[in-house]
Amino acid sequence: MAVTDIQASQPFLSRLLRPRPVIALLLLMWLPLMAYVMFGKTIGNNAQMVLLPAIPATLILYILGIRAFRESWVAVIGLTLVFFWLLMAVSAPYLPLLDPNKPIAPFTTPFTERKDVFFWLGTDFKGRDMLSRMIWGCQRVLVWGVTATLVAYVVGALFGLISGYLSGWWDEIISFAANVLLSFPVMVLFIVILNYLGPSGFNIVVAVTFASAPAIMRIVRGLALDIKTRDYVFAAQTRGEHPLYIMIFELLPNVRGPIIVDACLRLGYTTVAITTLTFLGLGLQPPDPDWGLMIRESAKTAMLWKFSYMLLVPALSVSSLILGFNLMADGLREMSLRD
Amino acid sequence: MSDQTPVLECRNLCISYYTRAGEIPAVVDFNLKLMPGEAHGIVGESGCGKSTVALAIMQYMGKNGAIVGGEILFEGRDMRTMSDEELRRIRGSKIAMVYQEPMASLNPSMLIGAQLAEVPIYHDGLSEADALRRAEEMLAKVRLPDPKRILNSYPHQISGGQQQRVVIAMALLSNPKLLLLDEPTTALDVTVEAGIVELINEIAEEFGTSMIYISHNLGLILETCDRLTVMYSGEAVEVGDIHDVFEEMRHPYTRGLFGSIPLPGADKNAHPLVAIPGQLPLPHERPEGCNFAPRCTFFRDGLCNVGALKMHPVPGDDDHKVRCERFQEIDWDRDLPKGEAKPPVLPGDTVLSVENMTKHYIIDEGGLFVSGGDARTVKANEKLSFEAREAETVAIVGESGCGKSTFAKVLMGLEDATDGKVMLGDVELGALPVDKRDKSTIAKLQMVFQNPFDTLNPSHTIGGQIGRVIRKFGVASDEAEVNEIVMRLLDTVKLPRDFAKRKPRQLSGGQKQRVGIARAFAGNPKVVIADEPVSALDVSVQAAVTELLMDIQRENRTTMLFISHDLSVVRYLADRIVVMYLGRIMEQGTTEEIFAPPYHPYTEALLAAVPIADTRVEKRHIVLKGEIPSPSNPPKGCPFSTRCPYMIPGTCDVDLPPLRSFGEGHGILCHLDPAELSKMEPVIKPRAQAAE
Ligand code: SF4
Ligand code: SF4
Repeated sequence: MAVTDIQASQPFLSRLLRPRPVIALLLLMWLPLMAYVMFGKTIGNNAQMVLLPAIPATLILYILGIRAFRESWVAVIGLTLVFFWLLMAVSAPYLPLLDPNKPIAPFTTPFTERKDVFFWLGTDFKGRDMLSRMIWGCQRVLVWGVTATLVAYVVGALFGLISGYLSGWWDEIISFAANVLLSFPVMVLFIVILNYLGPSGFNIVVAVTFASAPAIMRIVRGLALDIKTRDYVFAAQTRGEHPLYIMIFELLPNVRGPIIVDACLRLGYTTVAITTLTFLGLGLQPPDPDWGLMIRESAKTAMLWKFSYMLLVPALSVSSLILGFNLMADGLREMSLRD
Repeated sequence: MSDQTPVLECRNLCISYYTRAGEIPAVVDFNLKLMPGEAHGIVGESGCGKSTVALAIMQYMGKNGAIVGGEILFEGRDMRTMSDEELRRIRGSKIAMVYQEPMASLNPSMLIGAQLAEVPIYHDGLSEADALRRAEEMLAKVRLPDPKRILNSYPHQISGGQQQRVVIAMALLSNPKLLLLDEPTTALDVTVEAGIVELINEIAEEFGTSMIYISHNLGLILETCDRLTVMYSGEAVEVGDIHDVFEEMRHPYTRGLFGSIPLPGADKNAHPLVAIPGQLPLPHERPEGCNFAPRCTFFRDGLCNVGALKMHPVPGDDDHKVRCERFQEIDWDRDLPKGEAKPPVLPGDTVLSVENMTKHYIIDEGGLFVSGGDARTVKANEKLSFEAREAETVAIVGESGCGKSTFAKVLMGLEDATDGKVMLGDVELGALPVDKRDKSTIAKLQMVFQNPFDTLNPSHTIGGQIGRVIRKFGVASDEAEVNEIVMRLLDTVKLPRDFAKRKPRQLSGGQKQRVGIARAFAGNPKVVIADEPVSALDVSVQAAVTELLMDIQRENRTTMLFISHDLSVVRYLADRIVVMYLGRIMEQGTTEEIFAPPYHPYTEALLAAVPIADTRVEKRHIVLKGEIPSPSNPPKGCPFSTRCPYMIPGTCDVDLPPLRSFGEGHGILCHLDPAELSKMEPVIKPRAQAAE
């Protein structure tokens, strides 16, 4: 019913609210951002041009999201928080911001003017503008966090499907490996992997995959075990379908729902993990702005209590993003329970 | 009788649920008067409000449900004026409820003894020892063998039928005035169900408890109740004494309901079932006036669709009331719904032949690192032999654990036969798993599944799922051609063409089953296995789907293997019947042979167990003792020996019985002498004949 009355009032938006346009918009937002953050240096001077199409895409997605989620205010708040940072991430080069890496006036407190510049959020110990660092900093957290979670999901879901659907030896081996990985504390696993591979964005992806994929695999395996007893899977088997077909076309679409909720939660964990790793010096490296780095640097400052804003600004930013992800997960779960 | 206060009385009861879409009336203007010792049946299809009535009586309406009008009087007092404390006391001691799922009322982590003892301790203040003794007596009264052992078991250690008996015992321990039974046997096998029904009837006699029995099964209601309310879409449409309603039904819906269930006289060729057209309206889409109007053949504009309808008493019988404006104008004898007779179909050559097919599972309790645990053999199928001819319907009948699903799996190539042969034409299938079969062999064998909610993948469109079969079996590959065939199939199963674009969740159960049938016939199969294809559907939709399935079969001269536990359906549509018990064929023959003596003792019990919604026939009363043994640990000798009333000690429980042959194709696996088997009396007889 809800769908039909949207259709009546907003034919254009509702036409977009279908899987294909939404996926296209998501790619339009995501690919430029990813290219910019991961390969910005190689693209060269005009790198920010790639972000141009991402800005309208993000805005449209946000509006669509609000329409789709409007029945749950929790989800709307979560969505707003997440999309606020996404919008900041894609539009950072176009915002009237100071250069985040240029030292101007060290230790300026927020809302004061020094050297003819007004600093809304003050400057850090090197004199770099906090506002601009905060906004630029969200790019790396978002891109690496989401990429790492996605890769972990692909790997985890693949193994989960194999282990749940094929059972037998596959299951024994995969479950055993997952249990071994799960028996390590996550942080230890991260530190071991990153110490071994060296700190970099791509290695964070590897580390997150090792740490998250086993748990994802277990969820998917459980769902697959349930779904494979359904008659439609039986029908596909008796039709002589290849197991791979059954896993991808019969099982995967039906584990989607619970997985999306879990993914939102896990995005939150991954954000925490990446920030923590950067804080420990194992993640992304200076000088580019990043929330974890900002916390790390501010924590080293003497008389922190006096310059607490240096810590608070990045810390609150991380918290708001994580809160956004978690609220979205809650909202999604609430909505899925209602139907 | 008239000066007694009714135990329960509902007056103009209206119940609504509040959802996001607004108020949804679940029950409208419901009246009921239950005298002490009386058993009242409420029959109706899903969503008709029958369970809501029970919940309202228990005052378990939940957050979003409320009684919006009328009153419920319990022993003359309005329940809505009672305090919470009082309600709680009444619920525990004077009204008890038995649900469909016994585990809903049992605590899985508590010993049954402790759970049962709680009741008398709480209500009568008995000491624990006394309470346990009472519990033990009660378990014996509900005919549970070895009550001591059951007291010391956990709920999961006993079978479903036993659990339900424990729940009934628990309900009876508080000595209630009113017992509410909500589909108490739906989850059980027929022979176990028969035992529970017998128990319920004994309770009524012995304890004088008033009962409300809620069911979708008219036959069960006939066997248990004195009075009956038929509900449709939130309203009572007909109320009366059970015999009045069964013999002189005066509401088109009730009539339609009886027309769509296979009664003993029905026959797929001469007297086919008559389905009620259309489907149940959703609660917020009910029409103005009579809720049944869109499906009613007697509908008259301006009469049936104005204002709310009232219950009218049937002249000459105050107790019998119907909610229909035209019931006096309808000629109930002449306007009997009649199906068109169809010419019988002559079977052709043998298509499928099964010879000594055997399937054993080895259950190895070891894992990857523990090998050689204790391995047990489960004999799921033992030496099955039968044949099915072209255009013929062979029914495989049996209860849980009889091996019918294993047989289907072997046939479909998901399991290998351990021994024996399964021939489809001249291809041996028993040792040919599905990935080794060629396309045409796979396409020749298709299946229709039981559960409408499981049969279609919720993530894909209807058209996509049918189209996949067409492409997979190489019927067509060109996009337009596939589309064309999908449309044609949707026409065949009488669904609108635009359903192709829909997702399964937008379809009702009956519609999903139709899509399932379309999918099965998409590859032009030779043999279709139908695994209880209608048992999960509403009664009024069942007939339509059954007829559709048989029409398509008739047209394509498909062989159908119809797996079922319901002998009335089987009698209606099968040409030959195979009766299975614990992996073995106990009896096989033509439908007439199976339904007439000589019977196998198990067939006899099965026939007696199936409730028949027809007052014109009389059934012999046979209730089997005990439960179906586990297939992993079958009895020695005859598999049926643990429950058979004719069991010959020393023979039946030692040696496998011989196959007695009675004419061509009719075989019975039993130690009893053929002469003795022939002497058996028919289980179902017309009542007139019984009176002689
Ligand atoms: S009131 Fe009219 S539509 Fe309703 S059952 Fe009677 S005849 Fe049919
Ligand atoms: S062989 Fe014996 S136990 Fe088995 S059915 Fe015949 S009489 Fe009963």
